[in-house]
Amino acid sequence: MSQLVWNGLFVGSFYALVALGYSMVYGIIKLLNFAHGDLYMLGAFVGFAVLGAAGGVSAAMALPVLLLVLVLTMGVTGLAGVVLERVAYRRLRGAPRLSLLITAVGASFALEYGMRAGAGADPRVYPVRLSGTTLEVLGARVTLQQLTLVAVAVILMIGLNLLVNRSREGRAMRAVALDPRAAALMGIDVDAIISRTFFLGSALAGAAGVMAGAHYGKIDFMMGFLIGLKAFTAAVIGGIGNIPGTMLGGLLLGLLESFGTFWLGGEWRDVFAFGVLILFLTVRPTGLLGERVTERV
Amino acid sequence: MNAPLLSVEGLRLAFGGVVAIDGLTFAVGEAEIVSVIGPNGAGKTSAFNCVTGFYRPTAGSVRLRGRDITGLRPSAVAALGVARTFQNLRLFGEMSVLDNVRAGTHLRIRQNVLDALLHTPRYRRSERESTEQAHHWLDFAGLRGDRYGPARALPYGEQRRVEIARALARRPDLLLLDEPAAGLNHTEKAEMLDLIRRIREQGVAIVLIEHDMGLVMDVSQRVVVLNFGREIADGPPDEVRRDPQVVEAYLGRDADEAEIEQARASVAGGRDGGA
Amino acid sequence: MTGPGGGAPPAEATSEAAPAPGGGRRGAGPRSIASRLMENRWAGLAGLAVALLAPFVNASPYALSVMTSAAIFVMLAAGLNIVVGYCGLLDLGYIAFFAVGAYTSGVLSTRLGLPLVATLPAVLVVTVIAGLVIGAPTLRLRSDYLAIVTLGFGEIIRVTATNLDVTGGPSGIYGIPGLTEGPVSFYYLTVLVVAVAVIGAARLGRSRLGRAWRFVREDEDAAEAMGVHTYKVKMAAYVVGAIWGGLAGVLFAAHLSAVSPGSFTFLQSALVLMAVVLGGMGSIRGVVVGAVIVSLLPELLRDLADYRYVAFGVLLIIVMLVRPQGLWPARPKEVAK
Repeated sequence: MSQLVWNGLFVGSFYALVALGYSMVYGIIKLLNFAHGDLYMLGAFVGFAVLGAAGGVSAAMALPVLLLVLVLTMGVTGLAGVVLERVAYRRLRGAPRLSLLITAVGASFALEYGMRAGAGADPRVYPVRLSGTTLEVLGARVTLQQLTLVAVAVILMIGLNLLVNRSREGRAMRAVALDPRAAALMGIDVDAIISRTFFLGSALAGAAGVMAGAHYGKIDFMMGFLIGLKAFTAAVIGGIGNIPGTMLGGLLLGLLESFGTFWLGGEWRDVFAFGVLILFLTVRPTGLLGERVTERV
Repeated sequence: MNAPLLSVEGLRLAFGGVVAIDGLTFAVGEAEIVSVIGPNGAGKTSAFNCVTGFYRPTAGSVRLRGRDITGLRPSAVAALGVARTFQNLRLFGEMSVLDNVRAGTHLRIRQNVLDALLHTPRYRRSERESTEQAHHWLDFAGLRGDRYGPARALPYGEQRRVEIARALARRPDLLLLDEPAAGLNHTEKAEMLDLIRRIREQGVAIVLIEHDMGLVMDVSQRVVVLNFGREIADGPPDEVRRDPQVVEAYLGRDADEAEIEQARASVAGGRDGGA
Repeated sequence: MTGPGGGAPPAEATSEAAPAPGGGRRGAGPRSIASRLMENRWAGLAGLAVALLAPFVNASPYALSVMTSAAIFVMLAAGLNIVVGYCGLLDLGYIAFFAVGAYTSGVLSTRLGLPLVATLPAVLVVTVIAGLVIGAPTLRLRSDYLAIVTLGFGEIIRVTATNLDVTGGPSGIYGIPGLTEGPVSFYYLTVLVVAVAVIGAARLGRSRLGRAWRFVREDEDAAEAMGVHTYKVKMAAYVVGAIWGGLAGVLFAAHLSAVSPGSFTFLQSALVLMAVVLGGMGSIRGVVVGAVIVSLLPELLRDLADYRYVAFGVLLIIVMLVRPQGLWPARPKEVAK
């Protein structure tokens, strides 16, 4: 039982990290960035490349090296997100929603198959694995590395929350999310704020990618597809556009999946997750913490 | 006693803590023109949205010939004989002008999927009827521009006519016009005034939201005045014009320059105010 | 394979030329009446002629197989065009209906020993149900939510097919009977069915229902205000799209005599979407051309296997940025009658 809870929370923290980027981008330009999951995949591969270039990593140094790689990767995927927005999305901001969504699908496609062309279709084995000691916590088997990853995820999320709620930058972001035109009139550089939002969201996805690589040990070019869907589900559960809600949604989805898998069997895990998504969208489309939209019949 | 065509009772609409409409009651008889006026943000368009089903009112009721239509979806309200236009023109921009007006005939023409697939005589007949009606109402609305090209290509004033023709093609008993004269020049306004009168002659009742006081005072049988969501007056134009509360609302600090000008002009001397 | 105007027999043009009120003041396009009809008619007939004559040029089993697949792909694109092009609903899991059709006919024909034609009623019923089940909860949602939920449904269908025994698990179903004897006759049958499907989609697109789809695409509120029950209309688009996809699935099952989950991935959904977007959303001629390009181009670019999907992705972005109406767009300008 507590094992299921722990597994759920662990996977959920990945979902939450990726979902945050989804949610932030949606909050600010109302776009479902289909390519977001692929930035997570890109992060995993960037980490893979950097670690490969660094040569062998001794087990003792694994953690510090991994953290360094994490920061580097976040920079790279963050920039990738910025470029994506600049090249593909910016010019379509006033265009019909459908055009923007199709563009996002195109971007996702290009990233996935671009990576396949570059790195091959076969899964790659991550060059570093954190071999941790196993601890018993409340009857659940927890490895040290899992704890570390969750800690990193939590630190990143707290940092993001502080940034959005406390800083000038964050205030500008919230202003743009609320009303881009009014924000522009107040002297906020809307383009720059949107760029930074993409940077932050994509950086978080990249971090999650590296962590997933180190945890699961294997990465491939399609790894972002499912997690993109899961992240969207998490964002919807929590309330898309709402940062604490999205974190909660990620953890909740992790837990639901963990229990769902236990009851139904692993092969039904993804079906179960989408079932939850559809249920939420039908019953409470604004999510647990999302604000109610004006009631239109 | 016959129930009036439209009766709105105790209508209240709140978004969270913000009250957009706070107790609105008015009625519209058959073939009557009633104007709803008030400063910007007074809740006029919200009231339209409640009547036509786009908003679900927080409290109160909307009745059509005595039948409660509160909370029905907009298409169901439309099916009962209510048509509307929108404040910011809502045409189907990429579609032809004719197709736009054919939208009004959607509920009137009878054809099913098989008719459409097999091009049965019934299909051709219904399409022809739809097209003829569309032409008829475009003629009625006095459209001069190209009917076969996309609606977005027409000049603004012409687009207003198309929107009204589309609503008329619905053959409504009640037509709600949301600022039909906004953005029109003097000639176009005069033509709009004429069009509104001709619509009424067809036996259609009209509820009109309009800022142009000249037009309102000229064409309406009755005027309902809203201010901050509250109804402050309801009566014939002459009476409403002299109502101290109305003058106050229009000359108060919340009215903008243009409205003050309009209000002054209309209070002072009737229809030259705006037209 | 004719354009929207092509389905109309000449009689219609004359019968509808009857005087209508206010004829004098209509913005006229006398130039367009004949020329446009001809253009549409010829485009459609030329396309059909090319499809019918192709086997005389090259009837190798490989070429026939490629052409049959292309024709089936055209039908898929025509179906998705109803949903995305006419109605403006982004469906990223369209291939699910293709799968439902293929599996339903495959399972029934192999398990019960039925000829494939006998499974058609069941396929219709099952695809309509699938359309309703997927549409009912999602069509009330905002359009962008719809996109991702349909993506999820596409995955659910595929995962379910992989996990169930009745669908043969990951390896799928083998030994599905064909519809005709030999690949040549099957090719012609496919072309015939697809041509009917394309004309049917075009005719629906021009009808009362088709206009309602486009009203919804252009402005949902205005459509509602005119009495269009937007939810039902969207549902109709979804169900009709599902039927087109399901019937294409039957052709697919007959063509390959086998179905497996690997044929119904998101990649396939995205390729159909690519065809619709490239050709021109809402333009039946454009979509047919788009589908032929998307299905045949990879055959011509075999050497660039790894890069062709990258190119598709980039192309999607470029089309949206530079020419969102597609290669051969639908004209808002209608033929004066």
